[in-house]
Amino acid sequence: MNGVHDLGGLTCFGPVVPEADEPAFHEDWERRVFAMTLASLGGGLGPVDAFRHAIERMNGTEYLRTTYYEHWLAALETRAADRALAEAPRADEPLTVEGVEAAVPAGAPSERDEGPAPRFAVGDRVRTLNLNPRGHTRLPRYVRGRVGVVASCHGNHVFPDTAAHDAGEAPQPLYSVRFEASALWGPEAPARDALYIDLWDSYLEPAT
Amino acid sequence: MSAHHHSHDAPPNPYLEKRRSGEASEKLAERAAAIEQMLVDKGLVTTDALDRLVEIYENDLGPMNGARVVAKAWTDEAFKARLLEDATTAIAELGFSGMQGEHMVVVENTPEVHNVVVCTLCSCYPWPVLGLPPMWYKEAAYRSRVVIEPRTVLADFGLELGGEVEVRVWDSSAEIRYLVLPERPAGTGDLDEDALAALVTRDAMIGVARPAA
Repeated sequence: MNGVHDLGGLTCFGPVVPEADEPAFHEDWERRVFAMTLASLGGGLGPVDAFRHAIERMNGTEYLRTTYYEHWLAALETRAADRALAEAPRADEPLTVEGVEAAVPAGAPSERDEGPAPRFAVGDRVRTLNLNPRGHTRLPRYVRGRVGVVASCHGNHVFPDTAAHDAGEAPQPLYSVRFEASALWGPEAPARDALYIDLWDSYLEPAT
Repeated sequence: MSAHHHSHDAPPNPYLEKRRSGEASEKLAERAAAIEQMLVDKGLVTTDALDRLVEIYENDLGPMNGARVVAKAWTDEAFKARLLEDATTAIAELGFSGMQGEHMVVVENTPEVHNVVVCTLCSCYPWPVLGLPPMWYKEAAYRSRVVIEPRTVLADFGLELGGEVEVRVWDSSAEIRYLVLPERPAGTGDLDEDALAALVTRDAMIGVARPAA
C-alpha cells in the first residue's frame, strides 16, 4: 500500500542519530513485544508478511510519531483482532523453550520449489510496473516505473502481496535488479552509483 | 558532487524521545501485558518460551558472529570463495543460521566498490550474523536518505568516498539478507583470525563504516 512506511527517497527526516552504547531494548515491554512477535510469526498470528502489513495499516501520522516497538505492539493487536484471537479456542500445543531452540536456528525460508519458471535472465533490461496496490507489496514507490538490469536470480519465493492477505504463498521468481542512481534520482546523481533491490517477477516487464 | 546538501540539517523527530516518559511507558506496558496474557491463555506460547527468545537475541546473537565470518574470509581464500558463491551455506559452516538469515548474500567491498545495506520499507537485517539492528537503522532518517544520498549519509558517519568508487545500496525488500564483507585494513598481515575479528565492527558489516585500522 502507499503508506508512510515507504520512506525511500525522502530527505525531510534530518540527521541519522546513532545512540552510543545502545541497548537492544530500552524498556521491558519492548522485550515482551519482540518475543511475542517471533513466537507468533508463521503460527497463531499468520505469516510475517501479514505482520508487516499490519504495521503499514497504522495511521500514517501515528506511525511517524511512535517508536519502533510501538509499531510491533500495534501490529500484534491488529493481527490478534484480524484472527479473532479473543474468541478462538485454545490451541493444542504452545510454543515451548524446546520449540524456540529448534525454530531459531532453522528459521523460515521463503524459497519454494513450486511456481513458474523465470521470465528474465541475468543481464535482461526490465521495467518495474507502476503498481499501486491497496494491500501489501514490497515494491517501493521510488522504484516504480523505472528501468534496471537483472543482476541475479534468487529462485522462487513466497509472494508477499498474496501471502499477507491469506491469498496463498503463490511463489514466483525473485530477482536482484540493479538500477543506476541516475535512473532513480535524476541526472545529478553520482554517475557510478547504483541501487540493488529484490523484486518479484510480477513487478516487472521487459524493457528494450 | 559540487553542491552541498542540507537535508541532514533538518531537525530530528521531535516525538520519539517523548514516548519514553513514565505515563506513556506504563500504558504501553499494559497493552503488551494484555497481549501476552491472551497468547498464553490461548495456548499459543509459554512464558518460558518468550523469556528464551529474549535471552537469545539480547545475549547470544550479535555482530561478533559476523566478525568471525569476515575474519575467516580475510584469511581463507577458499572460504571466501564459498561465501561469495553461497553465503547461507558458508555462514552455516561457522554455526550461524536461522531466522532472518535464511537467504544470505555477502557483498564484497573493493577499492572500486563500496556496499551499504538498508531496508527502506521496514527494518530487515541479518540477525544470525549481526544480532538485532540499532535504532538508527530502523528509523526514518536512515531508511529514507541512504537510497537517495548514500554518500552524504556515509560522510555523516565519517566515511568519505571518492568519485572513482561505485557506491551500491542494497534495499532488503525480500527475505534475502545482506552482509557487507569490508576490505581488510592495511598493515594487518600478521594478525590471527581472533585479532582480525576484533577489528570488524557492526557498522562496517552494514556498510556505514570501515573496520578499525
